[in-house]
Amino acid sequence: MRITCPICGERDRREFTYRGAALPRPAEDAGLDAWHRYVNLRENPAGPLDELWYHEMGCGAWLKVRRNTATHEVLEVSLASEAGLGGAA
Amino acid sequence: MRFSGWRVLKEGLTGNKGWRPHWRDPDPKREYDVIIIGGGGHGLATAYYLAAEHGITNVAVLERGYIGGGNVGRNTTIVRANYYLPGNSEFYSHSLRLWESLEQELNYNAMMSQRGILNLFHNDGQRDAIVRRGNSIINQGDDAELLDREGVRRMAPYLNFDNNRFPIMGALLQRRAGTARHDAVAWGFARGADMRGVDLIQNCEVTGIDVENGRVTGVQTVRGPIRAKKVALAAAGRSGQVAAMAGLTLPIESHVLQAFVSEGVKPLIDHVITFAEGHLYISQSDKGGLVFGSYLDFYSSYAARGNLPMVEHTMETCMAMVPAVGKARLLRSWGGIMDMTPDGSPIIDHSPIDGLYLNCGWCYGGFKATPGSGNVYAHLIATDRPHGAATRFKLDRFRSGIGLMDEEGTGAQHNLH
Repeated sequence: MRITCPICGERDRREFTYRGAALPRPAEDAGLDAWHRYVNLRENPAGPLDELWYHEMGCGAWLKVRRNTATHEVLEVSLASEAGLGGAA
Repeated sequence: MRFSGWRVLKEGLTGNKGWRPHWRDPDPKREYDVIIIGGGGHGLATAYYLAAEHGITNVAVLERGYIGGGNVGRNTTIVRANYYLPGNSEFYSHSLRLWESLEQELNYNAMMSQRGILNLFHNDGQRDAIVRRGNSIINQGDDAELLDREGVRRMAPYLNFDNNRFPIMGALLQRRAGTARHDAVAWGFARGADMRGVDLIQNCEVTGIDVENGRVTGVQTVRGPIRAKKVALAAAGRSGQVAAMAGLTLPIESHVLQAFVSEGVKPLIDHVITFAEGHLYISQSDKGGLVFGSYLDFYSSYAARGNLPMVEHTMETCMAMVPAVGKARLLRSWGGIMDMTPDGSPIIDHSPIDGLYLNCGWCYGGFKATPGSGNVYAHLIATDRPHGAATRFKLDRFRSGIGLMDEEGTGAQHNLH
């Protein structure tokens, strides 16, 4: 599995650390149910999934990667900072 | 079909022409008291104990593929009860006791082999943790022994004791742990359930779960609709998709775990052995293959295959522990789909929908749980109360944060187990 980092180009999976599903971060006062959904609950699809990967051994950027969990095909990569997922800048 | 020594002798002398299929191949009825979704080890065990212990025999097990074709037939076959935390500890203790009487109970040779497990440790911190865990196991009523370096050497002289980075200081030994023949476990439970009237329906994918006014009423399948008073999930890595049919979202990510088998070699590894630096577990099958594995690949996957970095890591760790395996060729490898919860412990509970039950989140440890899981799940389905050995596998622990069972102490968060 190889991921094309928008900054560094195509790199081996070894350079990246997986974070999990890329979900919009709730506001701090959003309440227990919203945070439960964000922290614990997962759609967990067998197919395309938006995920967060960290280019740990490269430029250090957080990436939003659209990847097919049934085939491991990487479909789309962008910088997580441009994904509008919320949270502190 | 029944087995006896006389039958084996007779068939052996007459060309083995009298054996018949071990279970029927029925068409689904229009309605059942209980439908179990998933004909893997846990689903079959649940059906067996519903019939054998609770007298509930109007039961169907719906399996998308074939019996024994999922994770129950593709794991590293380790059986043990060496957990630390309350909740897990009493459950796996219960399960190991069921393993010990399983072959008599089912009259089926599951090749249960209590060859013992050695959890190696390599530094003072690991030794302290292993002593605490050993004491917890003993308090639970199970067996645990602390071995020093020479004690380990007497049992497994081929290990690399003087690895510069990971010297072996000792091990926690549980003699009652071991391995079982995974396929035979599925077949034994399947035959036992079938003999008691349970319908095992293969090639029957569930495509929908019917819910009316907050209560489950049946399922839709590729072989038509089937009504049921109760529906019980036992779908392992596919739990997320099955639960979604009832509008539920689970605290589960499905990840890939790889396993490896070498070519057959003469008897070398007499026990199950785990390496604590880099994580590895290894045993030798009765055919002679070395069966081993290590971590998850650590990304969501339904591909049933992994990637090369974890293959490389596993081989390196195996070589660090048992240098002699470098002479063996790797015969095959595969990936299983693991239903991972945030805290690494399972869920056996009611769902928010009346009559719909959950059994999922087995992470990478489902095989040793098979009889225990079926036994306590059948109790929950039959009585609507949790079994005494499974009171803490609650779904709402993730929402409340109360009662999380993070056995590894890495944090109750996805992707850390």
